[in-house]
Amino acid sequence: MKRFSIGRLTLPAYSFLAMAFMLIPIVYTIVFSFNDSKQRTNTQWQGFTLDKWLGVCNKQEVCSALGNSIFIGVVSTLIATILGTALAIGLVRYKFKAKALVNLALFLPMATPEVVLGAGLAGLFFNAGVGAGMPTVIIAHVVFCLSFVVVTVKARVQTLDPVLEEAGRDLYANPSQVFWKITFPLLLPGIISAALLSFSLSFDDFIITYFNSGSVETFPKYVYVAAARGVPAEANVIASAVFLAAILIVLATQINGAFKRKRLAKK
Amino acid sequence: MAFAAFGSGSAKEHKSPTKSSRIVLALLMPGLVYLGLFFFTPLFSLVVTSLEAPAASGGIGEYEYGFQWQNYVEVVTTYMPQILRSFLYASIATIIALLVSYPLAYFIGVKLRTRPMLQRLMLVLVIAPFFISFLLRTIAWKQIFSDGGALMQFAYSTGLMDKSQHFLGTDAAVIFGLTYNFIPFMTLPLFTTLERFDVRLLEAGSDLYANPAAVFRKITLPLSMPGIISGTLLVFIPIAGDYVNAGQNFLGSSKTSMIGTIVDTEFLQTQNYPIASALSVMLMAVIVALVSLYVRSSGTEDLL
Repeated sequence: MKRFSIGRLTLPAYSFLAMAFMLIPIVYTIVFSFNDSKQRTNTQWQGFTLDKWLGVCNKQEVCSALGNSIFIGVVSTLIATILGTALAIGLVRYKFKAKALVNLALFLPMATPEVVLGAGLAGLFFNAGVGAGMPTVIIAHVVFCLSFVVVTVKARVQTLDPVLEEAGRDLYANPSQVFWKITFPLLLPGIISAALLSFSLSFDDFIITYFNSGSVETFPKYVYVAAARGVPAEANVIASAVFLAAILIVLATQINGAFKRKRLAKK
Repeated sequence: MAFAAFGSGSAKEHKSPTKSSRIVLALLMPGLVYLGLFFFTPLFSLVVTSLEAPAASGGIGEYEYGFQWQNYVEVVTTYMPQILRSFLYASIATIIALLVSYPLAYFIGVKLRTRPMLQRLMLVLVIAPFFISFLLRTIAWKQIFSDGGALMQFAYSTGLMDKSQHFLGTDAAVIFGLTYNFIPFMTLPLFTTLERFDVRLLEAGSDLYANPAAVFRKITLPLSMPGIISGTLLVFIPIAGDYVNAGQNFLGSSKTSMIGTIVDTEFLQTQNYPIASALSVMLMAVIVALVSLYVRSSGTEDLL
């Protein structure tokens, strides 16, 4: 038996407290989505209501901003995931001279402050005479999502055993069959988590969007502008709904993964 | 189709080098061309714009090229407080984030190894803030710290703070918000490093009569360095460029403006593109210097 001591409990106690602290604003945001606030602002607790959840689209600006954010998120994630997966495979599976340079080129966008990329792209579009709008937002979002996709998929490609593909080739599968029947399904979990990461980055982006969206309203842009005069509870509803959906997806994939590992362990 | 071509070669066997280099090109080129067009060109265009002078026609927002290096002198002399403040905020917030995250990452990555389910749950909780709007999270803190809020009322009634004092709008409030918002970017790389950490080394250390402090200093800390360095970069860089937390409608005031605040105002409101660009180029130069220090010490393979 291990001797009981206060020291042994310090680290777990600290960790759970730190976690609880991290969750405070999340709980706050969700709780205030149920606030029966009559005014435009949502700062004082005025009683519980489901009205804001049920009538979230009564505030039309909130809902159309959400629609735009989802559209931008889906399109830029699609582009970033395709480009990024190809880059990840190329980087892990092949040897070439300029690899260090390519790694650096992919790291730099992650290391660039949003305001620099936002202003740079806005300047480029301005000089080229391209008006800011939906296409410019999507172009900008792909830039900062791409590197994160590469990092995530790369980790998955590294765990992939090339022997499996060799086996496929030995059984006379053509290159495209090898890719779609062996490589792609094995990479899929990595590709899915990369896409989820990319979507959440795009969905939550404010600064780069602010510089490049012109009159296109997104959800973060709506919240930023509303912050000056008070954010309505409907915004909390949307943020809470997105949060709960995301957590459910993540938990489902984690539990699914744990079960798979257990089954493998039994074999 | 790049993906189809991929099936014909693996890392181990490249029978015809020309063929494999064609595949590499097909895989890498689309992404790299994209970055060239929409990442490197904008950076280059910032440098060009930062050297522009007001156009002879004199219209607002109209500039022409003229090697106007004085723009940089103007930026440094006018905006020194904002430049210093940005890097000071970023340094303090990064140090606090490291101190807060390290024990947490150690607990999840090392102590929870024997309980994979709990470990996974804690990891999900670490990244949970990513799934709720960054702006709303910050607004939540603003309301928690507002003068009428329970926390401040408690501080006032116990005499911890005088009624004339406020927490919102201070340097401390902005640093608090910045630290909070970027802590997960520190915890995750630390966890990734500590998860692979071989605990048998700790036993070896204490078997050789090192006390716990010496074991930490000579074994745990050096082996955590990759995580510490990438966490530091991932926290410091976005904070140096952030201006939402410092904004007057969020946790800051007119006294907490940062580099990003100025770039936003100069670019989007006064349309002084050369000054906004010169500031951005300066910020980027500092970041590139930091990254190259990192690359020199650790190489590029661990960057991604």
